[in-house]
Formats: sequence, C-alpha cells, structure tokens
Amino acid sequence: MDINKDLIAASSTPMVLAILAERDSYGYAIIQRVRELSGGRLEWTDGMLYPVLHRLERLGYVEARWETAESGRRRKYYRITSQGRDRLLEERRQWQAVDAALRGIWRVIVEVVPASATPIPQGA
Amino acid sequence: MPTAADHARPLEEQIDQWRSYLRRRQAIHPVDVAELEDHLREQVAVLMGAGLAADEAFLVAVKRMGELDALSREFAREHSERLWKQLVVASDPGEPRARARTDAFVAVALAVAAAVLVKLPELFGMEMDKSGSFYARNASFFVLPLLTGYFVWKRRLTTSAVRWLAGAFLAAGVLANAYPFKAGGHTEVLTVLHLPIALWLVVGIAYAGGRWNQVAGRMDFVRFTGELFIYYVLIALGGGVFMAFMGMLFEAIGIKAEPFFELVAPCGAAGAVLVASWLVEAKQSVVENMAPVLTRLFTPLFAALLLTFLGTVLWTGRGIDISRNVLIAFDLLLVVVLGLLLYSVSARDPQSPPGAFDVLQVVLVASALLADAVALWAIAARISEFGFTPNRVAAFGENLILLVNLGWSAVLYVRFLRGRGSFASVERWQTSYVPVYSAWAALVVIVFPLVFAFA
Repeated sequence: MDINKDLIAASSTPMVLAILAERDSYGYAIIQRVRELSGGRLEWTDGMLYPVLHRLERLGYVEARWETAESGRRRKYYRITSQGRDRLLEERRQWQAVDAALRGIWRVIVEVVPASATPIPQGA
Repeated sequence: MPTAADHARPLEEQIDQWRSYLRRRQAIHPVDVAELEDHLREQVAVLMGAGLAADEAFLVAVKRMGELDALSREFAREHSERLWKQLVVASDPGEPRARARTDAFVAVALAVAAAVLVKLPELFGMEMDKSGSFYARNASFFVLPLLTGYFVWKRRLTTSAVRWLAGAFLAAGVLANAYPFKAGGHTEVLTVLHLPIALWLVVGIAYAGGRWNQVAGRMDFVRFTGELFIYYVLIALGGGVFMAFMGMLFEAIGIKAEPFFELVAPCGAAGAVLVASWLVEAKQSVVENMAPVLTRLFTPLFAALLLTFLGTVLWTGRGIDISRNVLIAFDLLLVVVLGLLLYSVSARDPQSPPGAFDVLQVVLVASALLADAVALWAIAARISEFGFTPNRVAAFGENLILLVNLGWSAVLYVRFLRGRGSFASVERWQTSYVPVYSAWAALVVIVFPLVFAFA
C-alpha cells in the first residue's frame, strides 16, 4: 500500500518531532524509526528528510549539533527544543481531531457498506 | 582473494563521484553534502551487513536517497536564499574554512598596515596638507607593496621572485623621491600619474605568481584589475555615505567633523585597496564578474555615441575645437573603448563562433579609431603652435600606444569575423600588450623628468 505524497508531507513534521521527543537522533536513524513505526508503509525518500529537518531547525523546533560518531565520521544530531515540544503537542491535537472525525465516519460507513474492499489499518 | 581494501577502493571512488555531483548543486551546501554522505555511508554499511556487495549496496543507497534534481529542488525550496550567491567567506567545513579565515585575517591586517603607513610620515613632520607633493609622489608606496606582499604570501612566490619585486619598488621609491622636481612642475604631475601604472605591472607579476608568461595568467590579472576597480568604486561610495553620516551626526551636537575626515579618508582609501583585492579573490568564483556585465551594457551605447559623433562631424563639417585638454579627452575615450574591448574579450568563450556582439565590438573599435584620427588630424595641424611640452608628448605617446593596440585588435577581430583567424589571437594580442602600458608609464617616470629638466 502506497501512502500518497501529500499525506507523507503533512505527517512529516509530527513524525520527526515525535521521534526526536523520544531521544536525540540523526537522519538515518530517524528514517529507520519511521519505517519501524509504520511497518514499512510510510516510504520516505531518504534525502527528502533533510530539507524537513532544516526547516524545523530554521523554525526553532529542533537544534542541530555535529558529533563524531563511534565510526569516526562526523554526524549531525538533532534535538527537539521546548518550542518544538509545544509544536508537537499542537500537531498531536490536530491529528487526533482529524483521526477522531475519520473514525466516526468509518464506523458509519462500515454499518452502511459492511463488505469493505480493504481492511482499515488500526494504527501501528 | 580480494582483500577489504580492494572492495573499499571502488566504493570510495563511487562516493567521491556522488559527492562531486551533489557539490555542483548550488542549493546544497558542503555541510549538507557531509550530512547526506554520512547517511549514504551508513545505509551502504547496513546493506553490506545484510550481505550485499559494495557496488550493489551503493546503488541501492543512492536510489533510496532520491533523485538528485528533486532533492536539489527541495533544498532550494527550504533554502531559497542560497540561490543568491552571498557569502564573504566560504562556508566549507574543516580545512577550506580555516584557510579562508586566515586569508581574511591577513587581508584585513594588511589593510590596517596600509592605513598606518599613510600616517607614518606625519611622525617625521610630514603633514599631509603641507607636504602634498610628497604624498602624491609616494601614494603608490603606501598600498602597492602591501598588495604585492599579499599575493607573494598567497601564491607562495620564491625568494628570488620576491627579491626582484622588492627591487622594483625600491628603485621606483628612490627615483620618485631623489629627482629634483620643480615644485608643481609638469614632470612631477606626470610622475604622480604614471608611477602607479608602472608599478601595477609589479603587482600583476606577483598576482600571476609564475603564470605571468601565460596568456591565461595575464588575462586573470586583467580580470582581477577590472573587478578590483568596480569593488573599489563600490567601497568608496559606501565610504562616502559613511563620512556623510559621520559629519551629520557630529554636526548635530555642534562638533565640526571636517578635520576628522582628513584624518580618516586617506587611511580608508589605502586600506580599501587591500580589502577590495581580497574580496575580488574570495568572491571570484562566487559572484558573477561585473566588468563584463557592464561591458555588455555600454558597448552598444558607446558605439552609438561614436557613430553619431562621426556622423555629425561629417554632416556639419565642424572641426574639433582644439583646447588644452582635447588630446587627454581622446586618450581617455580610447582607454574606455579599450576597456570595453578588453573586458568583453576576457569574458568571451574563445571557442564560440562570431556573433552579433562581435560585429558591434568591431564597429565600436573602428569608430573610436576614426574619431581619434579626426582629433589627431586637428591637433597635428597646429602642433607647431603648441610646441613640445612634457604633457603633450606624454598624451601623444599614450594616444599612439592605444591607437596601435586598437588598430591591430580591429584587424585581428575582422579576420576572426571572416573566419580567417581564431579568437585566441585577439586574446593573445591583448595580453601580450599589457606590459606596454606599464613600460610607457615607466618611461614617462624615468626619462621625462631628465629630458624636460624636471620642469
């Protein structure tokens, strides 16, 4: 199942902020976490994550720092800021509202059209 | 059995190539390339850990990274400011940044040194307003040795080259100060005007740093000179605004700022040369060269002006009004036309075929030559009335030098337009001619005072 691009783009901000809220992380690990959380259904093009991270950095939601990883390579780590946490909270409210509204309508439709073509994923 | 190193080498090469593709994208900065490279390497390592061969892992990792155009577009959307090339110091991480910073530091230190140097003679009782002629004769020495020193440092010139450059400055310094000029005489003014032109060649040799005998090395110096001029004018404009505010602010509290202007302006003028030179060097690959842009704008305008002038002379039959400065005015006209020619040559791709702009260039040069011929004709007819003063001989000599350059350029250019010669010959002619200007200037400085008895 491919999730359409608009939906991926819209969910990128809460997704990245939420992952960073777990712990500080870097690009590759963030992508891996997204795959894990979505069971591989959210396919991000790897490179596209970085402009998103840079946008969040510009907006002050995350902070970046360079560190030398155990492999000896320099790696850019991102950390969520308090502003970012506020933003995450706000995103969460909005997504929950959207989700709640959709759940309501799914239930009604299931009653009207019981033989649904595809099963509705119930979260990860 | 292939070792790990055998596997690593092609992978490193592939990553190098991928990195160089990324670097070419204006919207993706070197820091971002480093970040993306870290990602790519980790992806490759994970895939190889899962059993893929190095090249397979590389291909998959690159594919997952996404298409380069799309990626660059996303970066450009997020960092739209990067499409405007703006940075004084390169933002490369690591070594290049350190080098750029040292470079900036050296340039600013030399600029401060120039500013101090301007003030140094005052310690020995040489007040600027009383010893004007001393300052005028030595203006070059406050700035050009430091500028030469900057390039000596930057290009790492050999000691023997440095000795020659220093010797040239020393000889010029002795000459400018040992000649017993008559106060306010013509030869002194000529020395003041020609010494910087003569010494500019010394700067050029240091700038080219061993490439002086190559067409490309000299052409780079020509480009540098044009850009330096433009940067200097811009800095001078900024300096003017700065001074105006200084005056206005102190005037507002009843303090006259004029005496302070005289203190600051010469230091600023000297230091600005070094700062401007450093900017030209630092920005040469970052900012589009301005001189060729201005050339494109003004070549058609000057061609139209000269053609109209010639047409008017023919139509009305008016002779040129011979006043004292007409020869100098025509010298300057030729200098401008030469500049227009030189900077369009400097920016032109020698491989591309003749175009409309090349025809325009020939029209410009030919009409300038004709206009100059008209002026020379008028002057020559009355030369006996004027007699030979140092000023007039200098102006005639310069006219001749420019005339020869433009005349032969026109010939070469026409040959090129008719497909009988290459554009490279126009370029080669211009670059081989560069020392002639300085040689003539040196002649004026060295020989004229002797011939005209320091008048």
